[in-house]
Amino acid sequence: MVRLTQLIRSSLGYKYLTGLSGLGLGLFVIAHLLGNLTLFQKEGTAFNAYAEKLQALGPVLILMELGIVAVVVLHIWSTVQVTLSKRAARPIGYEVTQSKGGPSKNTAGSRYMIVSGTILLAFLVLHIIQFRFGPGVAEGYVTQLGGDEVRDLHRLVKEVFADPKWVAIYTAVMIFLGFHLRHGYWSMFQSLGLMNPRWSGPIYFGAKALAVLLSLGFIAIPIYLYMVFGGLI
Amino acid sequence: MKVTLRVWRQESKNTQGAFETHALDQVKPEMSFLEMLDVLNEQLIKAGKRAVEFESDCREGICGTCNMVINGQAHGPVRGATTCQLYLRSFQDGETITIEPFRAKAFPVIRDLVVDRTALDRIIMSGGYISVKTGPHADANANLVPKDLADRAMDAAACIGCGACVAACPNASASLFTSAKITQFSLLPQGQPERKSRVINMVNAMDKEMFGSCSNLGECEAACPKKISIQHIAIMKKEYLFAALSADYREGMGSSETAG
Ligand code: FES
Repeated sequence: MVRLTQLIRSSLGYKYLTGLSGLGLGLFVIAHLLGNLTLFQKEGTAFNAYAEKLQALGPVLILMELGIVAVVVLHIWSTVQVTLSKRAARPIGYEVTQSKGGPSKNTAGSRYMIVSGTILLAFLVLHIIQFRFGPGVAEGYVTQLGGDEVRDLHRLVKEVFADPKWVAIYTAVMIFLGFHLRHGYWSMFQSLGLMNPRWSGPIYFGAKALAVLLSLGFIAIPIYLYMVFGGLI
Repeated sequence: MKVTLRVWRQESKNTQGAFETHALDQVKPEMSFLEMLDVLNEQLIKAGKRAVEFESDCREGICGTCNMVINGQAHGPVRGATTCQLYLRSFQDGETITIEPFRAKAFPVIRDLVVDRTALDRIIMSGGYISVKTGPHADANANLVPKDLADRAMDAAACIGCGACVAACPNASASLFTSAKITQFSLLPQGQPERKSRVINMVNAMDKEMFGSCSNLGECEAACPKKISIQHIAIMKKEYLFAALSADYREGMGSSETAG
Protein backbone atom coordinates (compact mmCIF):
# COMPACT_ATOMS: atom_id res chain seq x y z
CA MET A 1 0.00 0.00 0.00
CA VAL A 2 1.13 3.50 -0.77
CA ARG A 3 1.44 5.64 2.33
CA LEU A 4 -1.75 7.58 2.84
CA THR A 5 0.08 10.90 3.08
CA GLN A 6 1.66 10.26 -0.31
CA LEU A 7 -1.73 9.41 -1.78
CA ILE A 8 -3.32 12.57 -0.44
CA ARG A 9 -0.45 14.82 -1.42
CA SER A 10 -0.42 13.65 -5.02
CA SER A 11 -2.21 15.78 -7.59
CA LEU A 12 -4.91 13.11 -7.75
CA GLY A 13 -5.18 13.00 -3.96
CA TYR A 14 -6.39 16.60 -3.92
CA LYS A 15 -9.02 15.65 -6.45
CA TYR A 16 -10.28 12.73 -4.39
CA LEU A 17 -10.55 15.00 -1.35
CA THR A 18 -12.27 17.73 -3.34
CA GLY A 19 -14.67 15.19 -4.80
CA LEU A 20 -15.44 13.48 -1.49
CA SER A 21 -15.89 16.70 0.48
CA GLY A 22 -17.88 18.10 -2.43
CA LEU A 23 -20.10 15.03 -2.30
CA GLY A 24 -20.76 15.66 1.40
CA LEU A 25 -21.52 19.34 0.86
CA GLY A 26 -23.58 18.59 -2.23
CA LEU A 27 -25.76 16.21 -0.25
CA PHE A 28 -26.04 18.72 2.59
CA VAL A 29 -27.31 21.37 0.19
CA ILE A 30 -30.05 19.01 -1.02
CA ALA A 31 -31.08 18.15 2.56
CA HIS A 32 -31.04 21.83 3.53
CA LEU A 33 -33.39 22.78 0.72
CA LEU A 34 -35.74 19.90 1.51
CA GLY A 35 -35.92 21.05 5.16
CA ASN A 36 -36.44 24.65 4.16
CA LEU A 37 -39.39 23.76 1.96
CA THR A 38 -41.37 23.89 5.25
CA LEU A 39 -41.10 27.69 4.91
CA PHE A 40 -43.76 27.50 2.22
CA GLN A 41 -46.28 26.84 5.00
CA LYS A 42 -47.49 30.37 5.84
CA GLU A 43 -48.23 29.82 9.54
CA GLY A 44 -44.64 28.83 10.17
CA THR A 45 -45.48 25.98 12.53
CA ALA A 46 -44.00 23.39 10.18
CA PHE A 47 -40.73 25.30 9.96
CA ASN A 48 -40.54 25.93 13.70
CA ALA A 49 -41.29 22.28 14.41
CA TYR A 50 -38.52 21.24 11.99
CA ALA A 51 -36.07 23.65 13.64
CA GLU A 52 -37.09 22.42 17.07
CA LYS A 53 -36.53 18.79 16.06
CA LEU A 54 -32.98 19.64 15.01
CA GLN A 55 -32.45 21.63 18.19
CA ALA A 56 -33.68 18.70 20.28
CA LEU A 57 -30.81 16.58 18.95
CA GLY A 58 -28.60 18.56 21.35
CA PRO A 59 -24.99 17.35 21.30
CA VAL A 60 -25.67 15.25 18.19
CA LEU A 61 -26.61 18.43 16.32
CA ILE A 62 -23.42 20.14 17.46
CA LEU A 63 -21.42 17.12 16.32
CA MET A 64 -23.15 17.24 12.94
CA GLU A 65 -22.45 20.95 12.64
CA LEU A 66 -18.80 20.48 13.49
CA GLY A 67 -18.68 17.68 10.92
CA ILE A 68 -19.96 20.01 8.22
CA VAL A 69 -17.40 22.65 9.23
CA ALA A 70 -14.66 20.03 8.95
CA VAL A 71 -15.84 19.03 5.48
CA VAL A 72 -15.92 22.70 4.45
CA VAL A 73 -12.35 23.16 5.70
CA LEU A 74 -11.22 20.04 3.81
CA HIS A 75 -12.91 21.28 0.64
CA ILE A 76 -11.20 24.67 0.94
CA TRP A 77 -7.81 23.14 1.67
CA SER A 78 -7.85 20.76 -1.28
CA THR A 79 -9.15 23.32 -3.77
CA VAL A 80 -6.63 25.93 -2.65
CA GLN A 81 -3.89 23.36 -3.30
CA VAL A 82 -5.22 22.85 -6.83
CA THR A 83 -5.35 26.61 -7.38
CA LEU A 84 -1.79 27.08 -6.14
CA SER A 85 -0.50 24.25 -8.35
CA LYS A 86 -2.11 25.93 -11.32
CA ARG A 87 -0.28 29.20 -10.66
CA ALA A 88 3.03 27.39 -10.32
CA ALA A 89 2.43 25.27 -13.41
CA ARG A 90 2.14 28.25 -15.76
CA PRO A 91 4.15 31.22 -14.48
CA ILE A 92 4.04 32.95 -17.88
CA GLY A 93 0.52 33.09 -19.28
CA TYR A 94 -0.80 33.46 -22.80
CA GLU A 95 -1.48 36.78 -24.43
CA VAL A 96 -4.59 35.35 -26.07
CA THR A 97 -6.70 32.46 -24.79
CA GLN A 98 -9.80 31.02 -26.32
CA SER A 99 -11.75 27.87 -25.62
CA LYS A 100 -12.00 25.45 -28.50
CA GLY A 101 -15.62 24.64 -27.66
CA GLY A 102 -16.91 21.20 -28.63
CA PRO A 103 -16.59 18.83 -25.66
CA SER A 104 -14.88 21.52 -23.56
CA LYS A 105 -16.48 22.33 -20.22
CA ASN A 106 -14.25 25.35 -19.86
CA THR A 107 -16.64 28.20 -19.07
CA ALA A 108 -16.49 31.15 -16.69
CA GLY A 109 -18.51 29.05 -14.25
CA SER A 110 -16.12 26.10 -14.24
CA ARG A 111 -12.93 28.14 -14.49
CA TYR A 112 -13.78 30.42 -11.59
CA MET A 113 -14.98 27.82 -9.06
CA ILE A 114 -12.56 29.39 -6.61
CA VAL A 115 -14.39 32.73 -6.97
CA SER A 116 -17.91 31.31 -6.60
CA GLY A 117 -16.56 29.18 -3.76
CA THR A 118 -15.17 32.21 -1.95
CA ILE A 119 -18.48 34.01 -2.34
CA LEU A 120 -20.29 30.96 -0.94
CA LEU A 121 -17.88 30.80 1.99
CA ALA A 122 -18.46 34.46 2.87
CA PHE A 123 -22.18 33.87 2.54
CA LEU A 124 -22.02 30.80 4.76
CA VAL A 125 -20.45 32.81 7.58
CA LEU A 126 -23.04 35.56 7.21
CA HIS A 127 -25.89 33.06 6.99
CA ILE A 128 -24.82 31.25 10.16
CA ILE A 129 -24.42 34.50 12.11
CA GLN A 130 -27.77 35.71 10.86
CA PHE A 131 -29.84 32.65 11.71
CA ARG A 132 -27.93 30.04 13.74
CA PHE A 133 -26.61 32.68 16.12
CA GLY A 134 -29.39 35.20 15.52
CA PRO A 135 -31.92 36.34 18.12
CA GLY A 136 -33.65 33.45 19.91
CA VAL A 137 -35.72 32.71 22.99
CA ALA A 138 -33.70 35.13 25.14
CA GLU A 139 -34.52 37.99 22.77
CA GLY A 140 -38.22 37.19 22.87
CA TYR A 141 -38.46 35.16 19.65
CA VAL A 142 -40.74 32.62 21.31
CA THR A 143 -43.74 30.73 20.07
CA GLN A 144 -46.05 28.01 21.34
CA LEU A 145 -45.64 24.62 19.74
CA GLY A 146 -47.71 21.72 21.06
CA GLY A 147 -47.81 23.34 24.49
CA ASP A 148 -44.05 24.00 24.63
CA GLU A 149 -42.28 27.33 24.35
CA VAL A 150 -39.79 27.13 21.49
CA ARG A 151 -37.63 29.50 19.47
CA ASP A 152 -39.64 31.35 16.84
CA LEU A 153 -37.12 31.02 14.01
CA HIS A 154 -39.89 31.56 11.50
CA ARG A 155 -40.40 35.11 12.76
CA LEU A 156 -36.71 35.85 12.29
CA VAL A 157 -36.69 34.47 8.75
CA LYS A 158 -39.81 36.50 7.97
CA GLU A 159 -38.27 39.71 9.33
CA VAL A 160 -35.01 39.27 7.46
CA PHE A 161 -36.76 38.73 4.14
CA ALA A 162 -39.13 41.63 4.66
CA ASP A 163 -36.07 43.65 3.64
CA PRO A 164 -35.64 43.64 -0.16
CA LYS A 165 -31.90 44.12 0.35
CA TRP A 166 -31.60 40.64 1.88
CA VAL A 167 -33.86 39.12 -0.76
CA ALA A 168 -31.53 40.53 -3.42
CA ILE A 169 -28.36 39.36 -1.67
CA TYR A 170 -29.66 35.83 -1.14
CA THR A 171 -30.88 35.61 -4.72
CA ALA A 172 -27.52 36.74 -6.07
CA VAL A 173 -25.56 34.27 -3.96
CA MET A 174 -27.86 31.40 -4.91
CA ILE A 175 -27.11 32.08 -8.57
CA PHE A 176 -23.42 31.59 -7.76
CA LEU A 177 -24.38 28.43 -5.88
CA GLY A 178 -26.07 27.17 -9.04
CA PHE A 179 -22.94 27.71 -11.13
CA HIS A 180 -20.75 26.13 -8.45
CA LEU A 181 -22.96 23.05 -8.27
CA ARG A 182 -23.27 22.82 -12.03
CA HIS A 183 -19.55 22.09 -12.33
CA GLY A 184 -19.29 20.49 -8.89
CA TYR A 185 -21.87 17.75 -9.14
CA TRP A 186 -20.52 16.15 -12.32
CA SER A 187 -16.90 16.92 -11.36
CA MET A 188 -17.10 14.74 -8.31
CA PHE A 189 -17.92 11.74 -10.48
CA GLN A 190 -14.98 12.57 -12.72
CA SER A 191 -12.61 13.20 -9.80
CA LEU A 192 -13.52 9.96 -8.11
CA GLY A 193 -13.06 8.04 -11.36
CA LEU A 194 -16.74 7.19 -11.73
CA MET A 195 -17.31 8.59 -15.22
CA ASN A 196 -17.54 6.08 -18.05
CA PRO A 197 -18.66 6.23 -21.66
CA ARG A 198 -22.09 4.85 -20.85
CA TRP A 199 -23.01 7.20 -18.01
CA SER A 200 -21.11 10.40 -18.70
CA GLY A 201 -23.95 11.93 -20.72
CA PRO A 202 -26.68 11.39 -18.12
CA ILE A 203 -24.36 12.39 -15.27
CA TYR A 204 -23.36 15.63 -16.96
CA PHE A 205 -26.95 16.49 -17.76
CA GLY A 206 -28.21 15.38 -14.34
CA ALA A 207 -25.71 17.66 -12.62
CA LYS A 208 -27.02 20.62 -14.57
CA ALA A 209 -30.65 19.78 -13.84
CA LEU A 210 -29.96 19.34 -10.14
CA ALA A 211 -27.96 22.57 -9.92
CA VAL A 212 -30.71 24.59 -11.63
CA LEU A 213 -33.39 23.00 -9.46
CA LEU A 214 -31.55 23.67 -6.21
CA SER A 215 -30.62 27.20 -7.15
CA LEU A 216 -34.20 28.04 -8.13
CA GLY A 217 -35.54 26.34 -5.01
CA PHE A 218 -33.36 28.44 -2.73
CA ILE A 219 -34.19 31.62 -4.64
CA ALA A 220 -37.92 30.93 -4.41
CA ILE A 221 -37.95 30.97 -0.60
CA PRO A 222 -36.93 34.59 0.15
CA ILE A 223 -39.00 35.84 -2.77
CA TYR A 224 -42.05 33.91 -1.53
CA LEU A 225 -41.64 35.17 2.03
CA TYR A 226 -41.18 38.75 0.84
CA MET A 227 -44.32 38.61 -1.26
CA VAL A 228 -46.46 36.87 1.34
CA PHE A 229 -45.48 38.92 4.36
CA GLY A 230 -44.98 42.12 2.42
CA GLY A 231 -48.66 41.69 1.53
CA LEU A 232 -47.99 41.41 -2.19
CA ILE A 233 -49.98 38.18 -2.52
CA MET B 1 -4.62 36.55 -49.32
CA LYS B 2 -2.97 38.76 -46.72
CA VAL B 3 -2.33 38.05 -43.07
CA THR B 4 -0.52 39.85 -40.28
CA LEU B 5 1.40 37.62 -37.89
CA ARG B 6 2.24 38.48 -34.30
CA VAL B 7 4.89 35.90 -33.48
CA TRP B 8 6.57 35.26 -30.16
CA ARG B 9 10.34 35.72 -30.46
CA GLN B 10 12.68 34.61 -27.71
CA GLU B 11 16.41 34.08 -28.11
CA SER B 12 16.87 31.37 -25.49
CA LYS B 13 15.48 29.82 -22.36
CA ASN B 14 16.77 32.52 -20.07
CA THR B 15 16.15 35.62 -22.14
CA GLN B 16 13.07 37.82 -22.26
CA GLY B 17 10.81 37.32 -25.24
CA ALA B 18 8.45 39.63 -27.08
CA PHE B 19 5.98 39.65 -29.94
CA GLU B 20 7.16 40.66 -33.39
CA THR B 21 4.73 41.70 -36.14
CA HIS B 22 5.15 40.65 -39.76
CA ALA B 23 2.86 41.19 -42.73
CA LEU B 24 2.55 38.56 -45.45
CA ASP B 25 0.68 39.64 -48.55
CA GLN B 26 1.25 36.74 -50.91
CA VAL B 27 -0.15 33.68 -49.15
CA LYS B 28 -2.82 31.31 -50.45
CA PRO B 29 -5.82 29.74 -48.67
CA GLU B 30 -4.64 26.25 -49.61
CA MET B 31 -1.29 26.74 -47.88
CA SER B 32 -0.82 24.92 -44.60
CA PHE B 33 -0.03 26.98 -41.54
CA LEU B 34 3.54 25.69 -41.54
CA GLU B 35 3.98 26.53 -45.23
CA MET B 36 2.93 30.05 -44.35
CA LEU B 37 5.64 30.14 -41.68
CA ASP B 38 8.10 28.85 -44.30
CA VAL B 39 7.14 31.82 -46.46
CA LEU B 40 7.68 34.15 -43.52
CA ASN B 41 11.08 32.62 -42.81
CA GLU B 42 12.19 32.93 -46.41
CA GLN B 43 11.24 36.58 -46.26
CA LEU B 44 13.18 37.01 -43.00
CA ILE B 45 16.27 35.20 -44.27
CA LYS B 46 16.33 37.29 -47.47
CA ALA B 47 16.24 40.40 -45.31
CA GLY B 48 19.20 39.07 -43.35
CA LYS B 49 17.20 38.40 -40.19
CA ARG B 50 16.95 35.31 -38.02
CA ALA B 51 14.21 32.88 -39.05
CA VAL B 52 11.38 32.05 -36.65
CA GLU B 53 12.18 28.72 -35.04
CA PHE B 54 9.37 26.21 -34.93
CA GLU B 55 9.27 22.43 -34.90
CA SER B 56 7.88 20.13 -37.55
CA ASP B 57 8.63 16.68 -38.83
CA CYS B 58 5.98 14.58 -40.54
CA ARG B 59 3.72 17.43 -41.63
CA GLU B 60 0.92 14.90 -41.86
CA GLY B 61 -0.51 15.04 -38.37
CA ILE B 62 1.12 12.00 -36.80
CA CYS B 63 4.35 13.04 -35.08
CA GLY B 64 3.09 15.75 -32.75
CA THR B 65 6.02 18.14 -33.04
CA CYS B 66 4.42 21.12 -34.82
CA ASN B 67 3.29 22.74 -31.59
CA MET B 68 2.14 26.31 -31.18
CA VAL B 69 -0.80 28.24 -29.81
CA ILE B 70 -2.63 30.08 -32.55
CA ASN B 71 -5.04 32.84 -31.57
CA GLY B 72 -5.26 31.40 -28.07
CA GLN B 73 -5.88 27.81 -29.16
CA ALA B 74 -3.38 24.96 -29.19
CA HIS B 75 -2.95 23.87 -32.84
CA GLY B 76 -5.34 26.63 -33.91
CA PRO B 77 -9.07 26.77 -34.45
CA VAL B 78 -9.77 23.42 -36.13
CA ARG B 79 -10.73 20.48 -33.89
CA GLY B 80 -8.91 17.20 -34.40
CA ALA B 81 -6.03 18.72 -36.36
CA THR B 82 -2.39 19.49 -35.66
CA THR B 83 -0.88 22.79 -36.81
CA CYS B 84 0.56 21.12 -39.92
CA GLN B 85 -2.96 20.01 -40.86
CA LEU B 86 -4.34 23.52 -40.45
CA TYR B 87 -4.86 25.50 -43.65
CA LEU B 88 -5.12 29.21 -44.21
CA ARG B 89 -8.66 28.81 -45.49
CA SER B 90 -9.56 28.59 -41.79
CA PHE B 91 -8.60 32.27 -41.45
CA GLN B 92 -10.01 35.50 -42.82
CA ASP B 93 -8.25 37.54 -45.48
CA GLY B 94 -6.46 40.36 -43.67
CA GLU B 95 -6.67 38.64 -40.28
CA THR B 96 -4.11 39.27 -37.56
CA ILE B 97 -2.93 35.93 -36.16
CA THR B 98 -1.19 35.70 -32.80
CA ILE B 99 1.26 32.80 -32.48
CA GLU B 100 2.65 31.82 -29.09
CA PRO B 101 4.67 28.86 -27.83
CA PHE B 102 3.08 26.23 -25.58
CA ARG B 103 3.17 27.72 -22.10
CA ALA B 104 3.89 25.65 -19.02
CA LYS B 105 6.53 25.58 -16.32
CA ALA B 106 7.33 22.04 -17.47
CA PHE B 107 7.74 23.18 -21.11
CA PRO B 108 10.51 25.80 -21.04
CA VAL B 109 10.93 27.77 -24.27
CA ILE B 110 14.11 26.81 -26.11
CA ARG B 111 13.73 29.45 -28.80
CA ASP B 112 10.77 31.28 -30.34
CA LEU B 113 8.02 28.66 -30.70
CA VAL B 114 10.14 25.65 -29.79
CA VAL B 115 9.63 24.31 -26.29
CA ASP B 116 11.33 21.50 -24.41
CA ARG B 117 8.80 18.70 -23.94
CA THR B 118 11.12 16.07 -22.50
CA ALA B 119 9.01 16.21 -19.31
CA LEU B 120 6.51 14.05 -21.21
CA ASP B 121 9.27 11.58 -22.10
CA ARG B 122 10.20 11.28 -18.44
CA ILE B 123 6.60 10.41 -17.60
CA ILE B 124 6.72 7.64 -20.22
CA MET B 125 10.06 6.39 -18.90
CA SER B 126 8.55 6.04 -15.43
CA GLY B 127 6.05 3.40 -16.53
CA GLY B 128 4.74 3.74 -20.08
CA TYR B 129 5.89 0.30 -21.22
CA ILE B 130 4.99 -3.39 -20.95
CA SER B 131 7.14 -6.44 -20.32
CA VAL B 132 7.34 -8.83 -23.26
CA LYS B 133 8.75 -12.31 -23.72
CA THR B 134 11.93 -12.53 -25.69
CA GLY B 135 12.43 -15.34 -28.17
CA PRO B 136 10.61 -16.13 -31.36
CA HIS B 137 7.74 -14.07 -32.63
CA ALA B 138 4.43 -14.75 -30.89
CA ASP B 139 1.35 -15.46 -32.99
CA ALA B 140 -0.54 -12.30 -33.81
CA ASN B 141 -3.73 -13.12 -31.93
CA ALA B 142 -2.30 -15.19 -29.08
CA ASN B 143 -3.84 -12.80 -26.55
CA LEU B 144 -7.61 -12.64 -26.51
CA VAL B 145 -8.80 -9.04 -26.21
CA PRO B 146 -12.50 -8.11 -26.07
CA LYS B 147 -13.35 -5.84 -28.97
CA ASP B 148 -14.76 -2.99 -26.86
CA LEU B 149 -11.63 -2.85 -24.70
CA ALA B 150 -9.41 -3.05 -27.75
CA ASP B 151 -11.28 -0.08 -29.20
CA ARG B 152 -10.98 2.00 -26.04
CA ALA B 153 -7.30 1.17 -25.67
CA MET B 154 -6.80 2.13 -29.30
CA ASP B 155 -8.54 5.47 -28.71
CA ALA B 156 -6.03 6.19 -25.95
CA ALA B 157 -3.11 4.93 -28.01
CA ALA B 158 -3.96 7.51 -30.67
CA CYS B 159 -2.11 10.05 -28.48
CA ILE B 160 0.84 11.50 -30.41
CA GLY B 161 2.33 13.13 -27.31
CA CYS B 162 2.23 16.65 -28.71
CA GLY B 163 1.34 18.26 -25.38
CA ALA B 164 -1.60 20.30 -26.67
CA CYS B 165 -3.58 19.09 -23.65
CA VAL B 166 -1.05 20.77 -21.36
CA ALA B 167 -0.95 23.90 -23.49
CA ALA B 168 -4.73 24.24 -23.61
CA CYS B 169 -5.42 23.37 -19.96
CA PRO B 170 -6.00 26.51 -17.87
CA ASN B 171 -4.10 24.66 -15.10
CA ALA B 172 -1.30 23.38 -17.38
CA SER B 173 -2.12 19.84 -16.29
CA ALA B 174 -0.74 16.82 -18.13
CA SER B 175 -3.60 14.59 -17.00
CA LEU B 176 -4.95 13.79 -20.46
CA PHE B 177 -1.55 12.77 -21.81
CA THR B 178 -0.62 10.74 -18.74
CA SER B 179 -4.01 9.05 -18.49
CA ALA B 180 -4.01 8.05 -22.16
CA LYS B 181 -0.56 6.52 -21.75
CA ILE B 182 -1.79 4.60 -18.69
CA THR B 183 -5.13 3.38 -20.02
CA GLN B 184 -3.82 2.20 -23.38
CA PHE B 185 -2.07 -0.53 -21.35
CA SER B 186 -4.28 -0.98 -18.32
CA LEU B 187 -7.27 -1.91 -20.47
CA LEU B 188 -5.37 -4.68 -22.25
CA PRO B 189 -4.16 -8.11 -21.01
CA GLN B 190 -0.61 -7.23 -22.07
CA GLY B 191 -0.61 -4.32 -19.63
CA GLN B 192 -1.61 -6.26 -16.52
CA PRO B 193 1.77 -7.23 -14.99
CA GLU B 194 2.76 -3.58 -14.36
CA ARG B 195 -0.77 -2.27 -13.98
CA LYS B 196 -0.41 -0.96 -10.42
CA SER B 197 3.18 0.21 -10.47
CA ARG B 198 2.59 1.93 -13.80
CA VAL B 199 -0.18 4.20 -12.65
CA ILE B 200 1.55 5.08 -9.37
CA ASN B 201 4.90 5.77 -10.98
CA MET B 202 3.52 7.74 -13.92
CA VAL B 203 1.31 9.93 -11.74
CA ASN B 204 4.25 10.56 -9.41
CA ALA B 205 6.43 11.44 -12.41
CA MET B 206 3.76 13.81 -13.70
CA ASP B 207 3.62 15.58 -10.33
CA LYS B 208 7.41 15.81 -10.18
CA GLU B 209 7.48 17.70 -13.48
CA MET B 210 5.36 20.48 -11.93
CA PHE B 211 2.34 20.07 -14.17
CA GLY B 212 -0.82 21.51 -12.65
CA SER B 213 -3.69 19.59 -11.15
CA CYS B 214 -6.80 18.75 -13.19
CA SER B 215 -9.96 20.82 -12.64
CA ASN B 216 -12.16 18.79 -15.01
CA LEU B 217 -12.47 21.68 -17.47
CA GLY B 218 -12.22 19.41 -20.51
CA GLU B 219 -10.35 21.97 -22.59
CA CYS B 220 -7.71 19.29 -23.21
CA GLU B 221 -10.21 17.05 -24.98
CA ALA B 222 -11.31 19.94 -27.19
CA ALA B 223 -7.70 20.79 -28.05
CA CYS B 224 -6.45 17.22 -28.57
CA PRO B 225 -5.68 16.68 -32.27
CA LYS B 226 -6.62 13.03 -31.73
CA LYS B 227 -9.83 13.89 -29.83
CA ILE B 228 -8.90 11.77 -26.82
CA SER B 229 -11.67 11.82 -24.21
CA ILE B 230 -11.28 12.96 -20.62
CA GLN B 231 -12.90 9.66 -19.70
CA HIS B 232 -9.35 8.33 -19.73
CA ILE B 233 -8.59 10.77 -16.90
CA ALA B 234 -11.46 9.25 -14.92
CA ILE B 235 -9.99 5.79 -15.54
CA MET B 236 -6.58 7.02 -14.36
CA LYS B 237 -8.11 8.34 -11.14
CA LYS B 238 -9.83 5.04 -10.48
CA GLU B 239 -6.71 3.02 -11.31
CA TYR B 240 -4.52 5.18 -9.08
CA LEU B 241 -6.88 4.90 -6.14
CA PHE B 242 -7.16 1.12 -6.43
CA ALA B 243 -3.41 0.70 -6.88
CA ALA B 244 -2.54 3.04 -4.02
CA LEU B 245 -4.93 1.31 -1.63
CA SER B 246 -4.23 -2.26 -2.71
CA ALA B 247 -2.44 -4.37 -0.15
CA ASP B 248 -0.03 -6.02 -2.56
CA TYR B 249 1.44 -2.82 -3.93
CA ARG B 250 4.91 -2.15 -2.58
CA GLU B 251 6.78 1.11 -2.88
CA GLY B 252 9.56 0.92 -5.43
CA MET B 253 7.68 -1.61 -7.53
CA GLY B 254 8.16 -0.93 -11.20
CA SER B 255 11.47 0.83 -10.78
CA SER B 256 13.08 -2.50 -9.81
CA GLU B 257 11.39 -4.13 -12.80
CA THR B 258 13.27 -1.84 -15.14
CA ALA B 259 16.53 -2.31 -13.26
CA GLY B 260 16.11 -6.08 -13.93
S1 FES C 1 4.55 18.00 -38.16
FE1 FES C 1 4.05 15.98 -37.45
S2 FES C 1 2.15 16.32 -36.56
FE2 FES C 1 2.54 18.23 -37.45
